[in-house]
Amino acid sequence: MSEEIRIQAEKINFYYGAKQTLKNVNMSIFKNRVTAIIGPSGCGKSTFIRLLNRMNDLIPNTRVEGRIILDNQNIYDPGVDVVALRRKVGMVFQKPNPFPKSIRDNLSYGLKINGIRGVDSIEDTIRRSLEEAALWDEVKDRLNESALRLSGGQQQRLCIARCLAVKPEVILFDEPCASLDPISTKRIEELIEQLKQRYTIVIVTHNMQQAARVSDYTAFMYLGELIEFGPTEKIFTVPEDKRTEDYISGKFG
Amino acid sequence: MKRNSRIQNLGFGFLYLAIFIAVLTLGAIIYFITVNGIKVINWEFLTQVPRRAMTKGGIAPALVGTFYLTIGAIIFALPMGLACAIYLTEYSPKSAVANVIRMSINNLAGVPSVVFGLFGLTVFVKFFGFGVSILSGSLTLGIMILPGIISAAQEALIAVPQSLREASLALGATQWQTIRKIVLPTAMPGVLTGVILSVGRAAGETAPIMFTAATFYTRGFPNSIMDEVMALPYHIYALMTEGTFPERQTMIAYGCALILLFLVLMVSGLAIYLRQRQRKYELV
Repeated sequence: MSEEIRIQAEKINFYYGAKQTLKNVNMSIFKNRVTAIIGPSGCGKSTFIRLLNRMNDLIPNTRVEGRIILDNQNIYDPGVDVVALRRKVGMVFQKPNPFPKSIRDNLSYGLKINGIRGVDSIEDTIRRSLEEAALWDEVKDRLNESALRLSGGQQQRLCIARCLAVKPEVILFDEPCASLDPISTKRIEELIEQLKQRYTIVIVTHNMQQAARVSDYTAFMYLGELIEFGPTEKIFTVPEDKRTEDYISGKFG
Repeated sequence: MKRNSRIQNLGFGFLYLAIFIAVLTLGAIIYFITVNGIKVINWEFLTQVPRRAMTKGGIAPALVGTFYLTIGAIIFALPMGLACAIYLTEYSPKSAVANVIRMSINNLAGVPSVVFGLFGLTVFVKFFGFGVSILSGSLTLGIMILPGIISAAQEALIAVPQSLREASLALGATQWQTIRKIVLPTAMPGVLTGVILSVGRAAGETAPIMFTAATFYTRGFPNSIMDEVMALPYHIYALMTEGTFPERQTMIAYGCALILLFLVLMVSGLAIYLRQRQRKYELV
């Protein structure tokens, strides 16, 4: 099948102080597909995904080499508008991190900072995002309640809705189910399945079954290197690299 | 084994003793001030101006003066302190400049209050020509409580989880939007606790206002921020060191001390109450 490349990472090296945590990583992220990044702890998968919306800029003492091309532009070029980039490339984090505000304010925040005012359009977007995140039915009567009173799984879906509200094109999931129970995990996975029709999705996960279930493409990383990248089916049935095979068959990790 | 538990009992015994002495001291202060001060306190004492060389009438101008000086100090120190704290925690947490600033603030916190008084006299009263006034006194008190407000605000800002900042930035917020709309509102209860404790400190200090704002006696209430005022702590000092009716004055001084103690304890109580409430809403 012919795929359209949405993000292209070229020769990425990443340094944390003197320590190099990513080594010559090249990867294509395809449009409207789910790309899973798997690998043992410390392999650099979270570091890599956080490069895609320049979240690592916040960590002092770090350095990036290489290019990440999005819409014909290297997002690490000087003069790139990081704020605009992050609107285009949204992120859902490992631990649900709703703002200590009402459910409604959690969703309207992204709109207000982007200068969207009218009450009607804000209310419409709140409803649309909550529906898209499969949370609307559970919270429609309590939008003014604190988001912190929701369960962990609901909080994570709220964070997904909050991300969707600002209409991103790419969504990065950084181990979104790491702190959730199996039922909440299943709901998030179903959600990702639906979201890929409209969004390009990258998901970092610890959980190989999850990668196998939700993704179209899988990247296996080990010790800062991209060992193998390909269609998920192929990675999980006929991996080319011995290390990939050992990892997915549970010999280490 | 026996020996170990004996040592443990000894250790616990010492800890209990330390706590007992601390509580006893506080209790004794409150007890003696109350016993000696309560006699002079009545409605007239709180609402009237002093009469007959301080031996009759009330302390209303001193109450009002302390109120103005404290409010003035907060108006000056809160925005300044908050701004410093935001710069230090959000913008420049690791730079050399920030380290120098941090060191200066710590040193500022250790400066004796009478030094602030002399500084206020030189700079605000003389150099800027504000004279002995509410303005000079407020600014001097403000500088004195600034380090406390900065460190309280810094602690409150640091306590805001990094994940909230990331969430906001990931939505395409600028750093300033993140600080103003997410970080500050979350940190505000903690900042306010620090401010309230500083209020207690500002209200109770004598030395910084001695040369900059306070006067022994005014006929009425201040009309503008350029007026000199009476203030509770200075009034106590004056009653005990000047005048011609020492016994009567001492009684009134105890009355003032009781009022001052009551105000400061109330303010601290408010801070504790707010902190408890904040804890209830904190993130898990």
